[in-house]
Amino acid sequence: MKSTTTNSRRDFLKMSAITGGGLVLGFNWFSAEASAPVVFSSVIAGDINFNSYLSIATDGAITIMSPNPELGQNIITSFPMVVAEELEADWKMVKIVQANLDNKFDRQLTGGSGAVPHSWKLLRNAGATAKFMLIEAAAKKWAVPASECIAANSFVNHSRSGKKLGFGELAEAASKIPVPATVKLKDRKDFKLIGKSSVRNVENLKIVTGKPLFGLDFYRDGMVFAMIQRPEQFGMKLKSFDGSIAKSMPGIIDVVSFKNNVAVVGKSTWQVLKARKMLKIEYEKEFALESTEDHDKLFLNLMDNGQATVRRKDGDVDAAFKNAAKVIKGEYQCPFISHSPMEPMNFFAHVRPDGVELVGPTQTPGRARAEISKLLNIPEDKITVQITRLGGGFGRRLYNDFALEAAELSSIIKAPVKLIWTKEDDMTAGTYRPAVRYRFEAALDASGNLTGYKLRGVGINSGNPTREHNFPSGSVENLLIDSVEHKSPITTGAWRAPITNFLAFAEQAFIDEVAQAAGKDPVQFRLDLLAKAKKSPVGDIRYDISRMEGVIKMVAEKSGWGKKKDVSQGFSVYFSHASYVAQVADVVMRAGLPVVKKIYAVSDCGQVVSLNGASHQVMGGIVDGLGHAMYSKLSFRDGAADQNNYNTYRLIRMKEVPEIETHFVDNGIDPTGLGEPALPPTGGAVANAIFKATGKRVRNQPFIEEDVFKTIS
Amino acid sequence: MAIYKLQVNGKTLQADVEADTPLLWVLRDHLGLVGTKYGCGIAQCGACTVHVNGSATRSCVYPVSAVGTSQVITIEGLSEKGDHPLQKAWDEIDVAQCGYCQAGQIMTAAALLKQNPKPSMDEIEVTMNGNICRCGAYHRIREAVKLASTKI
Repeated sequence: MKSTTTNSRRDFLKMSAITGGGLVLGFNWFSAEASAPVVFSSVIAGDINFNSYLSIATDGAITIMSPNPELGQNIITSFPMVVAEELEADWKMVKIVQANLDNKFDRQLTGGSGAVPHSWKLLRNAGATAKFMLIEAAAKKWAVPASECIAANSFVNHSRSGKKLGFGELAEAASKIPVPATVKLKDRKDFKLIGKSSVRNVENLKIVTGKPLFGLDFYRDGMVFAMIQRPEQFGMKLKSFDGSIAKSMPGIIDVVSFKNNVAVVGKSTWQVLKARKMLKIEYEKEFALESTEDHDKLFLNLMDNGQATVRRKDGDVDAAFKNAAKVIKGEYQCPFISHSPMEPMNFFAHVRPDGVELVGPTQTPGRARAEISKLLNIPEDKITVQITRLGGGFGRRLYNDFALEAAELSSIIKAPVKLIWTKEDDMTAGTYRPAVRYRFEAALDASGNLTGYKLRGVGINSGNPTREHNFPSGSVENLLIDSVEHKSPITTGAWRAPITNFLAFAEQAFIDEVAQAAGKDPVQFRLDLLAKAKKSPVGDIRYDISRMEGVIKMVAEKSGWGKKKDVSQGFSVYFSHASYVAQVADVVMRAGLPVVKKIYAVSDCGQVVSLNGASHQVMGGIVDGLGHAMYSKLSFRDGAADQNNYNTYRLIRMKEVPEIETHFVDNGIDPTGLGEPALPPTGGAVANAIFKATGKRVRNQPFIEEDVFKTIS
Repeated sequence: MAIYKLQVNGKTLQADVEADTPLLWVLRDHLGLVGTKYGCGIAQCGACTVHVNGSATRSCVYPVSAVGTSQVITIEGLSEKGDHPLQKAWDEIDVAQCGYCQAGQIMTAAALLKQNPKPSMDEIEVTMNGNICRCGAYHRIREAVKLASTKI
């Protein structure tokens, strides 16, 4: 193996001696130059700054920083697992610390199911590089070839002589070993942590004992509390306000206004909450005050008459439909939904003359800093961001409106402030999953082959509501996918598995309709299409046909597809975030109503890091997908949401969750996404099973409002 | 404003607050006990669940003036070392995803097990149905309550 020492390249790997003797192996987790490890020598870290460093202390304690925000995806556990695996560290001696925002990290964010895929090789290299240096140090000490030494369980062993030294004992000597340019990674058959179920969430003890972990748990001496009254109707703007009564109430320090906001500042949450109700505010109309009724009409109108943007066009669709033996049409619609994580939005900000301190739950701390820098005209290097644990995100905390509000407010009142949103604020202030309607059309020839396919998506602030290169694109010769967008004052954003959280349901339900019309088994129908795409691909295909076939076949086998007499089964498969998930839902009829009894899920996300965590993500994704498909909606009247808390906005509860069985394809491919991909297929599997059980199609979310859940048959 | 002396986790703590202040905000803003969470503020989600004289109580709608001499137990006081059978089961089953609702889930389950140490799955579901987990960790919550019930 080639060893090099250079300090001419970027500091992928930094190394320095800790005071008291120890090894700090620093590495940029996300450097684009992962293959170019570099020694950064002669830094004496007297005052140890652990940011971006893996450190090994002389007592053998290993500290690994976790740079990405943790919102329940288990990244704070799975990242260090990968490092520890290659390092051959004793997991019991690994301490994990949440990093603050630091330029040493790249992609220090949570979103797009991208963290593990992005960092997999870098994390492995980091662990393997440290292991290499520890082994070299031991070999040098014992004057034996390094090839005869083996690292295991935080020790380096020389089996021939029986010599053994702990990582802590070797740390200082290892710090003087040249950093290798390349290192050998472990064979996956030798993994002890990766792909296993043995490692649990490293923050479990803190969570179950109520330690302050979350943004809302952050308190600082001298800080004030604030809430903001925002316009209740989208389309309204602030005209005037009278805060005199609110300001006279106990504990209230100030009432101030900025943008469309009126902020009440006080000494405690409850006092602020009470005073906010006493604000007298006048709003005036700025934009149209839209209602769900208007949107329903818009959907129908734009579906036929909208100015569509073509997303993908293959072959001659008009001819295919003209020559079709059979044409099938299906329309599907979903409402706006709120992210409503358990922890409402909140942020701490202290804008001082010399800089800004920010603390709180955000999925994108770097973006928060950049936006606040621009807002307050303060350079980014004067702004710090402490990342707290997030009480859920689901996409809502990709946006930093609440952090910006806190910073602007702090700059006005010149005090450290914790801005708190109530659940009602959370649910009524926007950034929703967009409402969308789809129209699908399919042309079949006389033998039941799919010869033409059309999809039009109409969305409200949806951007492109299609995923034009996903299946069945590539398997149909004549295809047209286009979309129409209506711009609305009601704000929207990414919601876990953006767009596909609903598109997958609609598409998978429609393909079921087509299979039925073709007189074919829904699973076989999809396999036939994939076989066709493999043999004669049409246009651009961005999914891996074999991986999709793999999950389809495996879920059919695991669920006993087509063999069960006592349940009605529905099938669905979807590709998102570079992963493949196929699901089968078992539905039974109870008291004349369909009930989801069980869902089988087979996921191909490549190499699973924590089997325990991965299974949990899949189950959570399915519960999330099922819950929102079944129960959740936000409707609007004159720009105001009709639902504002969990009493009117319904989330799934324990008694409503079916049994879930999860399986993973064990193929050793480098990891692809997992935080989101299990969610999209669920609605389709359930809808198709409901059809099998009742002969009726649910076409609109939430399903609970569909006739099939109202009629006792 | 008035001074309230509260029996919390076996200690007498005091707070100078208004009579209608929910126990939740007294615990969090005034007594530094932040393990009890604010989720919805209207007793719908259970994130704020504490024990008042042993009963699972939604502290977000329970005014401090109603507490009187009642014994209040929060997640911080459920056990001395975080080793209540439920806390151990929560770790063993690896229940938490984001973790925000879990203190409330555990306190709800703890009150159940005190009254009914060997609940059936149905009884567990009926009780735990009042607590929302937005991450959807319901399967493991149920399993952990069951596991803890075998250790009590």
